Amino acid sequence: MQTPGPLRMILVHIALLAVTLLTLFPVLWVVKMAVEPGQALQLTVNPFPTSFSLQNFRDVVSTTAADGTWLFGWQLLNSLVISGATALVGLCLACTAGYALSRWGFPGREEAMGLFLLTQMFPGVMMSVPLYMLLERAGLLDTMTGLILVYSTTSVPFATWNLKGYFDTIPKDLEEAAMMDGAGRWTTFTKIILPLARPALAVTGLFAFISAWNEFILAATMLGDERRYTLPIVLKGYVGEFSAEWGHFAAAAILVSVPVTVLFFILQRHLVEGLTAGSVKG
Amino acid sequence: MISGLVLAAAAFAGEVTIWHAYRGGEREALESLAATWQERHPGVTVLPVFVPSEALADKLQAAVPHGSGPDLFVYAQDRIADWSDREIILPVPAEDGGWHPVAVEALTFGDQRWGWPLSTKCAALFYNRALVPEPPGTTDALVALARSLTREGRYGLVYEVASAYHNAGWLHGFGGGVFAGGGGVALDHPANIAAYRFIQDLALSVVPSEPTGALVTQMFNEGRAAMTLNGPWFLAELDPALSWGVAPLPVVSATGLPAAPYVSVEAVFLARRSGEAEALGAWLAADEAALLRQEQGRQVVASVGVPVTDPALSAFRGQLDHAVPLPTRAEMPQTWEPLARALRRLTRGAASPEAAASEAQSWYKVLTRPSPEPASPWPYLGVAALALAGVGWRFGPKLWAQPLRQWAFAYVWVAPAFLGMTLLTVLPFILGAAISLYDDEGTTFVGVSHFLDILLARDFPFWSPMSFWATLLVTLTWTLANVALHVGLGVTLAMLLREPWVRMRGVFRALLILPWAVPSYITALIWKGMFHKQFGAINALLALFGVEPVSWFASFSTAFAANLATNTWLGFPFMMVVTLGALQSIPRDLEEAAALDGADGWQRFRHVTLPLLKPALLPAVILGSVWTFNMFNIIFLVSGGEPDGSTDLLISQAYRWAFTRGHRYGYAAAYAVIIFGVLVIYGRVANRLAGRKVL
Repeated sequence: MQTPGPLRMILVHIALLAVTLLTLFPVLWVVKMAVEPGQALQLTVNPFPTSFSLQNFRDVVSTTAADGTWLFGWQLLNSLVISGATALVGLCLACTAGYALSRWGFPGREEAMGLFLLTQMFPGVMMSVPLYMLLERAGLLDTMTGLILVYSTTSVPFATWNLKGYFDTIPKDLEEAAMMDGAGRWTTFTKIILPLARPALAVTGLFAFISAWNEFILAATMLGDERRYTLPIVLKGYVGEFSAEWGHFAAAAILVSVPVTVLFFILQRHLVEGLTAGSVKG
Repeated sequence: MISGLVLAAAAFAGEVTIWHAYRGGEREALESLAATWQERHPGVTVLPVFVPSEALADKLQAAVPHGSGPDLFVYAQDRIADWSDREIILPVPAEDGGWHPVAVEALTFGDQRWGWPLSTKCAALFYNRALVPEPPGTTDALVALARSLTREGRYGLVYEVASAYHNAGWLHGFGGGVFAGGGGVALDHPANIAAYRFIQDLALSVVPSEPTGALVTQMFNEGRAAMTLNGPWFLAELDPALSWGVAPLPVVSATGLPAAPYVSVEAVFLARRSGEAEALGAWLAADEAALLRQEQGRQVVASVGVPVTDPALSAFRGQLDHAVPLPTRAEMPQTWEPLARALRRLTRGAASPEAAASEAQSWYKVLTRPSPEPASPWPYLGVAALALAGVGWRFGPKLWAQPLRQWAFAYVWVAPAFLGMTLLTVLPFILGAAISLYDDEGTTFVGVSHFLDILLARDFPFWSPMSFWATLLVTLTWTLANVALHVGLGVTLAMLLREPWVRMRGVFRALLILPWAVPSYITALIWKGMFHKQFGAINALLALFGVEPVSWFASFSTAFAANLATNTWLGFPFMMVVTLGALQSIPRDLEEAAALDGADGWQRFRHVTLPLLKPALLPAVILGSVWTFNMFNIIFLVSGGEPDGSTDLLISQAYRWAFTRGHRYGYAAAYAVIIFGVLVIYGRVANRLAGRKVL
């Protein structure tokens, strides 16, 4: 395709730059609030910091419990473990289901696909009370296991659906060849299909990870001990009923966002390939 | 006898868990008190657990009835009526612990004492000594002073003028109040109307618009607010360099009565009875602990025997003599929203005091409408049985006809995901949906009355923002507009970012997906700040082009636009990435061929690229629209439904009915079921429009 004229090129670049700046504007504000000393919500036009201090970060990172336990450390670890386990469990549940739905026309397949979409239509904020009762019955309240199970099952519909879309794009000849060589279904799946689906697995896992990493309402309802808290609960704690520590909030927000942003950038290439959002074959 | 002793000893040598939402100095004070108690009582462990304030009440309500809550917890007294009824809190001995009478009054309900008072929180008048040498003693003096000080970006009085809590002092000072006249709820009492008029005058003359708590703090610290009404929590936010004072609220000139703000009494409540918990609870409220809480936590302690040296704390204690305990009556929770709505309309100048008063009263009536009549469950069971039989008749033969055994392996592959989802997603939803057939207490079966109330818009005219149909229209418009913008922007950017001649494509792409990576509740709060009328960045940018400041949350169209802008910002990266992915699998030679045939850029996109993109975009669009339909965070955090609930979506309405309008669980569950029904219909229509089964 030929390159457009210089005027058009400049215009396109200016437009891209403008959109990017607009996109960055709110993010810059968070940075500004975090690095400027004080706890006020900054409401000025200038999104760049006018003074610099790391005090807010120091305060946030150094929170300790009454007995000297390093709370922030534990909470970071909890968040990592819960989100990581969610991604792993979610992927394990979703990959076999996605593969079965992609390959085999068993009775009830259409209905199962329909059910996956239906679960996306449940109004989420109304589910916390019944979920609490269920976990309570199962003795999983106030445990990481309970939260991991809830998060991973919540992530299953999108994960299954996205993986199915990707499996659809993998030609069937590969499996047929392997089957001819005497490999079973399971071997074919683990040895041939899964390695090929790596981009989709990465993206699907990232999604499950992020949704668990950012979730606040369920975590705050289900966990009862500060040492088991995840970071979003702590983050919300900075903006309380009567007073708001915006500086601490912003600093914590940056600390919470950084790992996810880094993951995003690392997986960027996969993101474009692996987010099939339903394949061409349907 | 012996077993009783053993039990008592066991209870004493245990662990006492205490939940609280304290931060900073108050938290340190509580924790060091817990440590002191442990030292003095070997064998006892005291575990203070911090729970964020917005989660504390919900958590208590969920945990305590199941026996998994704390022994003690710290909370304000305003939920005593409800909590004592549900046995979330237990009565304590009615001792005289040397507390201010108003604190004791606040904790007395139904002839019993609930909890030990720790501290009191009520508003008083903060003033900047550089601008206000002597605090005004009457409202006339206050208004005159505030008017003379309001000029050139400075305001005489800055407080949360639309908040029911902050204005309670004026209501009582004019002889009114929520329960004015001594009977039931009387939001339209003549004394209240007089107070509304006074508040409206303040709002329109000396108070800046949309004053949020954060803005009040900022303006007062910058010397741009001469006075403010605020509580003791404000002390922690004051700039140490500022010279300020605190005084009791002035006397209302029209009535000669002192303005009496609400006082909320923070108490330690007993959730699980044990000798140890009771001893600790009483000790935390006694003078010795109160002194430490005052010195280290800067609390306005309820113990009047403790000497106060800090002038600010002593001013707050003085205000206690003219304060009204936050009512604990069962009707109280349902009065907040009507009153807040009335105040928002008043302070925007959108309603006269009389109109706002009568609206508030009738809105209150709607919120407290008696539960529907009980219904017989038998017809419903009959219908349910028929439906089950129908499903069996429809799908049974299909399953039996196919050799199930042949596909057994496939079911095994799907089973883990299916089981997990059924247990933890489908089952909770069905449980929640079942509530919709019961009254709001969850005890009486009422059949489909909630559904009829909602669908027939029984409580509101069809066109009122509160009616289901108006909200549905807003929700559909919201969904359509968002999806159109997400797709439009996402596809445009993706088309540009795939061109090899664009410089730094990687950098642009990386930066443009940033909104997706940052948690949405963080950015939603930031966007809300940017839309502030006087101090937000958006109006400041518009001012560069000579546009008058826009009051974004005062009219439906601008509030809707603000929500839309925020959600577009959040949502376009997803569509951009989906499109980029889909574009990779589209060979460009087709476009080149079209270019050779003389097709211009738009024609090439419209007739070559778009049809190829469609299969990948359609599922993303359908899923995206389902998510947008139920997008709760943005509405709740940005516009908050303003003005007057007109920008609320179905999901935020459901949430309000369940949690902020006096716990109408049955009604809210019915809303949730209807939302689900609407989406199911939408899914069918979307599939039909797409011409094939997309999902």
